[in-house]
Amino acid sequence: MARTDVQLMLDVKAGDEASFEFLLRKYRSPLVNFLYRMVRDTAQAEDLAQEVFLRVYRVRQDYSPSAKFTTWLFRIATNLALNSVRDNRYRKLETSIDAPESNQEDAAPRELPAREMRIDEHLLEQDRVAFIRRTIEKLPEKQRAAVLLHKYEEMDYAEIAKVLQCSESALKSLLFRAYETLRVELAPLAGHQVGQQLGQRTGQQVPQRAGEGRLS
Amino acid sequence: MKCEEISKELVGYLDRRANSAERQQVEEHLLECAACRTRAEEFRGVWNMLEELPAIEPSLGFDARVRERVAAEPQRRWLWGFVPQPRLAFAVALLLLLSIGVAKFPQRNVGTPTAVAAVNETEQFQEIKDLPVLENYEVLTKFDALSELTPAEAPSGKGQSSETND
Repeated sequence: MARTDVQLMLDVKAGDEASFEFLLRKYRSPLVNFLYRMVRDTAQAEDLAQEVFLRVYRVRQDYSPSAKFTTWLFRIATNLALNSVRDNRYRKLETSIDAPESNQEDAAPRELPAREMRIDEHLLEQDRVAFIRRTIEKLPEKQRAAVLLHKYEEMDYAEIAKVLQCSESALKSLLFRAYETLRVELAPLAGHQVGQQLGQRTGQQVPQRAGEGRLS
Repeated sequence: MKCEEISKELVGYLDRRANSAERQQVEEHLLECAACRTRAEEFRGVWNMLEELPAIEPSLGFDARVRERVAAEPQRRWLWGFVPQPRLAFAVALLLLLSIGVAKFPQRNVGTPTAVAAVNETEQFQEIKDLPVLENYEVLTKFDALSELTPAEAPSGKGQSSETND
């Protein structure tokens, strides 16, 4: 029978290095992606993800399974990311007087297109992806973390609320405000693909009155 | 349900995490409100756009660097290994220190050099204050005379006492 994450962590606490390796392999990718979407720098995201694992290892003796393992893990990651984002912002403020702001696109990793595309299509796709990234980055840090945990980690509200240390009610408001901002900011892109993709993911239809077409 | 009230439940409705009662409330509102219906459609559009962002893979040396950093962690000393919980050890140490502090507290008030010096100073000040009285011989003799009065003679009257004083 497969061991749960909590059981694995308890085994790490008991001195089982193999369980730590297992957790490392299981969560390195979700953590690096989450942190990359928070800080938008691959090197920094990897460094922070390593720091998360290091902290997990350091406090293994004190670990007690009071919450889901992922809640605990992503709380460490979120706190590190929020501190890092704030540090970066202060650093930018300090350097902006003397130097022009660095182009953050330099930090973005090379991502291969999902299918064969013409070069102009690829450039358009890259622009589109960069625009979406920048829009997410512009969200206040806590809203951004909430969206990333909700959309990409697919955590439930109770878990996200624990990670962000707020109530579920506050989280719902936070998510609504974040998606509302994204809705407005991403509106220029909506005309191209959103219409085609509506309903593809969830298959759920928003109830409409008889005779009404798609609302613009 | 009003448009403002739906704001908290709309995301839960769209991601199917709302309970059946909440879903029903939202659905009823969406049937009546075209603006919220539009917003719901556009929220879903936003989610689809967010899925366009490709995932990245950690670099090949990621695991090795984590292992290096873990290996570089200072090992616990052999004595420290007997302490099961650092927090518990800290609490016990703090308790011991407090106990020692409380045990020593009464002695401080009685026997410390500063307290003794303060008492000496007070006594010296009192002696200096009493010097004029001690040097006045007449006052002292009257003092002695008063002390010789017997308790039975005291309530006999004013006159007698004035005579004695004279």
